[in-house]
Amino acid sequence: MNSASDVLVIGAGVIGAATAYFAAQQGLTVTVLDKGLPASGTSSACEGNILVSDKELGPELELTRYSLGVWHGDLAEHKRLWEFESKGGIIVASRESSLASLNRVMAAQARYGVVVEKLDPDTLRNAEPNITPDALGGASYPEDCQVQPMLVAAHLVRLATDAGARFVADTPVTGFLRSGDRITGVRTPRGDFSAGAVVNCAGTWAGELAALAGVNVPVLPRRGFVMVTEPLPPMVHHKVYAAEYIDNVGSSDAGLQASPVVEGTPSGTILIGSTRERVGFDRTVSTNALRLLAENAVALFPFLEHVKAIRHYHGFRPYCPDHLPVIGHDERAPGLWHAAGHEGAGIGLSAGTGKLLAQALSGQAPDLDLSPFAPARFGERKENSTTHREEATA
Amino acid sequence: MTPIVSADVAVVGAGPAGLAAAVAAAESGAAVVLVDAGAQPGGQFWRHRPETVVPEQEGKGHHGGRTYLDLRARFDAARGRGRITYLPGLQVWMAQQLHPVQGDDAGFTLRTTPTAAVAALEASVGTQTVVARRLVLCPGGYDRQLPVPGWDLPGVMAAGGIQAFIKANGILPGKRFVIAGTGPFLLPVAANIAEAGGKVLAVLESSSPTAWLPHLRAAAGVPEKALEGAEYAAVFARHRIPYRTRSIVTEVLGTDHVSGVRTARVDADGRVRPGTERAYEDVDVVGFGWGFTPQMELPLSFGVQTRLDADGSLVGVVDERQQSSVPGLFLAGEVTGVGGATLAVLEGLAAGTAAAGGTVLPEKTAARHRRFAEAMHRAHPVPPAWQDWLVPETIVCRCEEVTARQLTDARESLGARDTRTLKSFTRAGMGWCQGRVCGFAAACIGAGSGVAPTAESLSGSAKRPLAAPVGIGELAALETTDN
Amino acid sequence: MSTHSSGETWSVNTPGAVNVSFDGRPLVAVPGQNIGAALVSNGITAWRSTRKNARPRGLFCGIGVCFDCLVTVDGEANQRACLVEVQEGMEIEGSCPDQGGRA
Ligand SMILES: Cc1cc2nc3c(=O)[nH]c(=O)nc-3n(C[C@H](O)[C@H](O)[C@H](O)COP(=O)(O)OP(=O)(O)OC[C@H]3O[C@@H](n4cnc5c(N)ncnc54)[C@H](O)[C@@H]3O)c2cc1C
Ligand SMILES: Cc1cc2nc3c(=O)[nH]c(=O)nc-3n(C[C@H](O)[C@H](O)[C@H](O)COP(=O)(O)OP(=O)(O)OC[C@H]3O[C@@H](n4cnc5c(N)ncnc54)[C@H](O)[C@@H]3O)c2cc1C
Ligand code: FES
Repeated sequence: MNSASDVLVIGAGVIGAATAYFAAQQGLTVTVLDKGLPASGTSSACEGNILVSDKELGPELELTRYSLGVWHGDLAEHKRLWEFESKGGIIVASRESSLASLNRVMAAQARYGVVVEKLDPDTLRNAEPNITPDALGGASYPEDCQVQPMLVAAHLVRLATDAGARFVADTPVTGFLRSGDRITGVRTPRGDFSAGAVVNCAGTWAGELAALAGVNVPVLPRRGFVMVTEPLPPMVHHKVYAAEYIDNVGSSDAGLQASPVVEGTPSGTILIGSTRERVGFDRTVSTNALRLLAENAVALFPFLEHVKAIRHYHGFRPYCPDHLPVIGHDERAPGLWHAAGHEGAGIGLSAGTGKLLAQALSGQAPDLDLSPFAPARFGERKENSTTHREEATA
Repeated sequence: MTPIVSADVAVVGAGPAGLAAAVAAAESGAAVVLVDAGAQPGGQFWRHRPETVVPEQEGKGHHGGRTYLDLRARFDAARGRGRITYLPGLQVWMAQQLHPVQGDDAGFTLRTTPTAAVAALEASVGTQTVVARRLVLCPGGYDRQLPVPGWDLPGVMAAGGIQAFIKANGILPGKRFVIAGTGPFLLPVAANIAEAGGKVLAVLESSSPTAWLPHLRAAAGVPEKALEGAEYAAVFARHRIPYRTRSIVTEVLGTDHVSGVRTARVDADGRVRPGTERAYEDVDVVGFGWGFTPQMELPLSFGVQTRLDADGSLVGVVDERQQSSVPGLFLAGEVTGVGGATLAVLEGLAAGTAAAGGTVLPEKTAARHRRFAEAMHRAHPVPPAWQDWLVPETIVCRCEEVTARQLTDARESLGARDTRTLKSFTRAGMGWCQGRVCGFAAACIGAGSGVAPTAESLSGSAKRPLAAPVGIGELAALETTDN
Repeated sequence: MSTHSSGETWSVNTPGAVNVSFDGRPLVAVPGQNIGAALVSNGITAWRSTRKNARPRGLFCGIGVCFDCLVTVDGEANQRACLVEVQEGMEIEGSCPDQGGRA
């Protein structure tokens, strides 16, 4: 048996890393386990956008704004470690209909306190000279920013260990330890780890872990492809995306969707993201996905037609059927907590999620009400829990 | 819409392996498509001046030239009979299995893009999509590199790059050369330079001549290699080329171009022996070669089973018919183990025959060549202590200009132990070449000094979902076929 | 099989010489040479500078693998000099658009 800690975090993606970091800041003893190295899951197969502009009004927007405050506040001193950039986002409408819906969304967002400015075609072209001549107008979101997500996860883990936390790589959790109904630790090939609280930050795999603990947390994969161009001089200055993107994000359609999010990076490459489709954990390259990304990107920035892609990658967003993350204590399995299912926004939401959870873990009232994210919203315990209980206590 | 060419057998690469595979498949009755990035057949070993300018002559002055001329004649004949469709100047940027069906209808698609998008060159062959029942991948390899201080200066080239330059252009890339690294390949490079009128100041071989002794039996199995060696020895003697064993370049000197090198003698592990340092001045080209790295992205994109070869390279596993772990997918040449052109031809012949449904007989010659290659690899290892040659500022990833310090920091403080995490945290391998040049070195640094990289780490850098850069306009015009 | 032909030297007067330009300056190349060879044999061994440290680069791998040798050819950016054969009238530019300047 490894030494016990107050908190055991499963998963060293951005969510687990932020949770570990803030828990350690709270003075809790923390152990982080990952089946691989830090940032080996979805956090290394995504883009690093911290977007306010694409959020649905409601709990997710609240969490986003809170998280943004944490990025600019608690984490400000570390900004350079993860290449934090306040770049600003721009949504572009190229059709009358999408311009109309963009205007509606802007008005609603402004009521919720989102900073947004309307861009007429001229100001839009000033901000993005290479934008399509078809652009009818847009909206500017100066609060949108970005980070390098792998560095966020890796440095938060390192900072947590500097503050006394322990990180154990290559250690998959295979079962849970229990005392009565209470979760008291985890089982791994490297032995058991006991803890006062076990936090499931296993991203797209969080559902599997929840099942091991006998509870239902329906986190599913939603595949996304991103394309990367050859290095170029600065051609795209903000995160630029098409107005249709907003409709796509919350969509429950299983089919392939893509609306372009095009952005330049400090290394000169342009990222073209991203598709959304539900195909399980299928890793085969989809030429349709590549074609869609390319088509849409060229529609937004015609010069891209003559630019080369040098690589592409894909990841699996962890999503829940109601498109809200699962954050908080699981009453159905006392001692077990979750922070997972952040879908296409986990990077942006990580800072806030980690801080709020750390507050709750140390017995404080979190700054933001976590009840909309409560794990128990998915209903009762799973029937097969006994099997796992036997396995785990064997 | 991209034109589609269908065939029984598609072959990628027109080097020794691919040319042999295409010829064998065609002679076994298959309709063959051969796609190659080069403008004319030959690959690396048989690279030659453009035939449009210098017509093909005798195979003289070139080891294995007779084999080339023979294969080339059979290739031209098969093309003449319409059995081989030859698509030069095209790079395969993606290869896919149409549907993972076993048996006779297993089918493959190759997506291609012009090697050079230059209007003046837009020859007869535009971008094509190839569809075939069987696929033979013979993409060869490239010089393996170990970074040393100054290796990013202009004038530093891959040893094979110098060779390729001479073969393709008929001129030298400079006047005064130092060739360094390890392996028998350094000999023909230096000999070729000298024969072309260049001055080779020294050939520095990190391993020792006695490293050969334990492998003599295997070496003796391939007498033609001994003959080759004797010829090089004669060239070295004639041109007075110093061949210094247990010696390395510790630093390339120069500000905006190579001006010289510092060298030193090393122990068996590659540790510099103090007091043995010396300098060569007035050098304008330094050639480095540490063996070869097989070009694995296409085989890996199919998830073929791989292994670490005796030289530490990641290579594809094949059966006696050169079939990979993916039914219908055959591999030949460097991607099944670096072993020289003769072996590549034998493997190509077997792969082509098998892919066309013919019978492949067990090859004794191939086995001898494999044993010889293994002996060579064991006698010329990458020195385990090579990371000691780095200084913190040494550029390891040339594209993204990532230094040794950044990589060791990522390993020490962020826990990056493999190429994947090193790439994520430092951008090493994320640039233009996609880790082709720095991949091996980064894998070594992730593993730590003196530790050989794992197959997993090497494969992390060799997985490249785009095997070549491809125009976004071309992607937008892709037809909708799969999933 | 053609090999290197030592002793072969080309000048403007050589029949069949190919005229190209590099950054506007006329150069003579040998037919069949690739751009990299044409530049090197005209004494130009670096034609690109790196994005981060503005270091000079020219040929390295010689076979299209390293992308160190990128040039703009007839307006087409980021072509590998070691792979593209010179053609009469070709306009070659050394400062690739991803670069700050040139060596
Ligand atoms: C294409 C794409 C683009 C995206 N773009 C953005 C964006 O711009 N902005 C944004 O905010 N979000 C974006 N996202 C979403 C974001 O990537 C995810 O929400 C986020 O990475 C999830 O982080 P995580 O820590 O929950 O999961 P992960 O990063 O997947 O971490 C989970 C960790 O758990 C470990 N693990 C799993 N099972 C076990 C086990 N049994 N035992 C031990 N360890 C285990 C895994 O190894 C992994 O390291 C994007 C996603 C994709 C796919
Ligand atoms: C630069 C260099 C110079 C060499 N010179 C010599 C020498 O002088 N003497 C010697 O004994 N050995 C030499 N070698 C070693 C020699 O290359 C091998 O022994 C032999 O050529 C291997 O044959 P192959 O058919 O496996 O590969 P190669 O000869 O490398 O042929 C592979 C072919 O596949 C093509 N290709 C690769 N990927 C793609 C793709 N995605 N799409 C389309 N086409 C593709 C390449 O352009 C190439 O034409 C050299 C190696 C290198 C890298
Ligand atoms: S020299 Fe490496 S690509 Fe041209």
